[in-house]
Amino acid sequence: MFVTILILGLVLGGTYALLALGLTLQYGIARIMNLAYGELTLAAAFILVALMQGFGISPLLTVALIGPVGYVVGSLLYTVMMKPLVARSSGGKLDVDSILATFGLLFLIQGALLMVFGPNFTSISYLDKGVTIFGVTVALNRLIALGICVVVGGALVIALATTRWGLALRAVAQTPTSAPLVGLDVNKVARQGFALGTALAATAGATVAMYQTFSASGGVVFTMKALVIVIMGGVGNVGGALAAGLLLGLVETFVATAIDPGLTLAATFAIFLLVLLFRPQGLFGKA
Amino acid sequence: MKYVIYPVALALLAAVPFVASDYALGLLIGMVTYVTLASAWAMFSGPTHYVSLATVAFYGAGAYVVAMLNEVMAYPMILLITAGVGATMALVVGLSTLRLAGVYFVIFSFGLAELIRQLITWYEINIYGTLGRYIFVDITARGIYWQMLGLAAITIGLTAYINRSRLGLALRVIGDDEVVAAHSGIPLARMKLMAFVLSATILTLAGAIASPRWVYVEPAIVFNPTVSFLTVIMALFGGANRLWGPALGAIPLFLAFEYLSAHFPDVYPIFLGALFIGVVFLFPNGVLAGIEGLRRGKKEETA
Amino acid sequence: MSLLTIDKATKKFGGLTAVDGVSFSLEQGEILGLLGPNGSGKTTLINLISGALPMTSGDIRLNGVSLAGKRADQIAHAGVARTFQLVRILPSLSLMENVMITAVFGAKSHWGQAAKDTAMTALSRVGLANRATANAGSLTYIDQKRLELARALAAEPEVLLLDEWLAGLNPTELAQGIALIRELSQSGLTILMVEHIMEAVRALCPRVVVMNSGSLIADEATQSALNDPRVIAAYLGDSADA
Repeated sequence: MFVTILILGLVLGGTYALLALGLTLQYGIARIMNLAYGELTLAAAFILVALMQGFGISPLLTVALIGPVGYVVGSLLYTVMMKPLVARSSGGKLDVDSILATFGLLFLIQGALLMVFGPNFTSISYLDKGVTIFGVTVALNRLIALGICVVVGGALVIALATTRWGLALRAVAQTPTSAPLVGLDVNKVARQGFALGTALAATAGATVAMYQTFSASGGVVFTMKALVIVIMGGVGNVGGALAAGLLLGLVETFVATAIDPGLTLAATFAIFLLVLLFRPQGLFGKA
Repeated sequence: MKYVIYPVALALLAAVPFVASDYALGLLIGMVTYVTLASAWAMFSGPTHYVSLATVAFYGAGAYVVAMLNEVMAYPMILLITAGVGATMALVVGLSTLRLAGVYFVIFSFGLAELIRQLITWYEINIYGTLGRYIFVDITARGIYWQMLGLAAITIGLTAYINRSRLGLALRVIGDDEVVAAHSGIPLARMKLMAFVLSATILTLAGAIASPRWVYVEPAIVFNPTVSFLTVIMALFGGANRLWGPALGAIPLFLAFEYLSAHFPDVYPIFLGALFIGVVFLFPNGVLAGIEGLRRGKKEETA
Repeated sequence: MSLLTIDKATKKFGGLTAVDGVSFSLEQGEILGLLGPNGSGKTTLINLISGALPMTSGDIRLNGVSLAGKRADQIAHAGVARTFQLVRILPSLSLMENVMITAVFGAKSHWGQAAKDTAMTALSRVGLANRATANAGSLTYIDQKRLELARALAAEPEVLLLDEWLAGLNPTELAQGIALIRELSQSGLTILMVEHIMEAVRALCPRVVVMNSGSLIADEATQSALNDPRVIAAYLGDSADA
């Protein structure tokens, strides 16, 4: 029982961590609370399914290629929609404005998905065979998802910690006001952060599509889960998001197997509300 | 003068059901409900800029109180209990969350509505035994309309009163700068809590009054997050900082959404999305303020 | 008894001690300069007095009543008013409303005409009375500073805390500003002012306290403080670092 929860929880948590990475970059670096994040994820999931069913393209290929596409889309979104907001407002006003604007974006994308793909649940069967680890059977596609999370998340952590580019991103995340003093183009870095976040959202969405059932109106759940993890891990904290994602996977699996599957979503929100109330700086942040 | 106009206008509105068809009356009820929701939402969120997405948490709770109690006690008693439930919920939520800054409050308020929905669903299935409940109250559509009209009038009247009171001034200062507010002697927590509780109590009552229209309720129907989203966009569209702004936003948008969901259900989310983006970019202070700005701009041009 | 007593006030941020056991007091009607190089803890001390930050230890008393542990609004209510180093006005409110709030929520709790009269008096003291109905967002920098001072005055405070209120003014405005503060002081108001402009300190404050690295290093007559080797060293050390 314990081993089952541990393994299934980690596999689930891996996807969650991947899902949350992009949002934590977007809010941490670009200061945009993107409520349409889940819809961007869903869009990638639908694209993966459409490419596989329509053109027979391998889902793994889509996962590899959707990131760059997401980056371009994110970069455009930032330039067209977010930058004017950043330019006209600051501080709390930007928070409210970006929430309302991305809220609009949420409905726009949701509406487009509904029109193109319809309201039904979609799923594909891909690499859906069991693999046994420590006596626990796990679907291969879920293991691949975990692998993608480890590779992408790990690469991101290393890149942020060691490269010049990563340094610039971290500098803007910490003190956006003094970054120009050391010659950083805050607007450019913010755009990169937002675009990178969108790329991660797309990668996560394509990964999720390999094994999970989803529908055009389910984006909010992705956004909420990502938000829970971002806030648990501390805004802009990539390592924190990875750890919090795994933790949330464990908690949900525990609640579903040991208490009542009907309470998993309630447990997620309860954790979320508790963290917001008592540790708004995140579980790993400084007070 | 206004002591004559407002009562006369209210009396005329109250007389409409005698000439309106059942369909028109249904529309009117929906319209007045959203006028109430948007105005009550703006009572707190307008001046303070704390965007709450918890509207449906209170609205739905109000409906659920009626659904749970309609077989055991008289309707007026239920309304009293509803007001108490709404105020208590708001007090608990407010005490714990109103110190959260902007974005966290928005997310919290949204999470709260979802959490309540999940918990009630779980309770109904596992403890009550079945997901749905029926509401059989001996109230006609006209009765609902009059009650809701009364609540709307009270909400707008109360907002007008608050605007001219110390509380209203304090809320506007809080919306501009909480640090200045505190250093000017404004007790932040108490002021925000007062407005939040008043607003939430009205939202809860609106849910209770509207509930007999449903007859059958279950959490997915009653706690539909769209209610929260519509309330926000209606208030912002008309102008959340103006007394009549939310009402003037609610009326056209309610009709537009009603028309769209009947004839073009697929376009509905796109319209809603475009509206949000349009308001943020074109009318950040609401259409009323936007029109005034245009007029002022024209005057300056001609002058 | 002194009007305002700072008693071993201490503020720590993690491992950094920003204000380290500072003690001094202000007499009724006095105008005292608070000096020190950048980063010496002056603004933090002002924040401790006004309740913007909670003290780590120590005590601050107004008329013998402890303000320690009280919230900013309670301290404002007790009779402490302040301006901010980076000017803070309420851009969506009118000048009248900007100033009226302290009259309404301050110690005297005026309302209606009384609050408006108090606000109007404060606005005319800083020379903004003729623009009372204008929107505060449209003001120039110097007028924003005036407005902020008027807001503090409308509280009818016992103590006024000015945090570099004269900074950023041109020579003409500076002369006007100094005259205005002198007028306030002569009307009996007790003032504690953080200031870098020595010309203003010499003109206004008979006595100064000087901070360096969080500690108080001098509390004496202005002329002797400015010749005090420790004070000079603190300022020179600061400019040598910069």
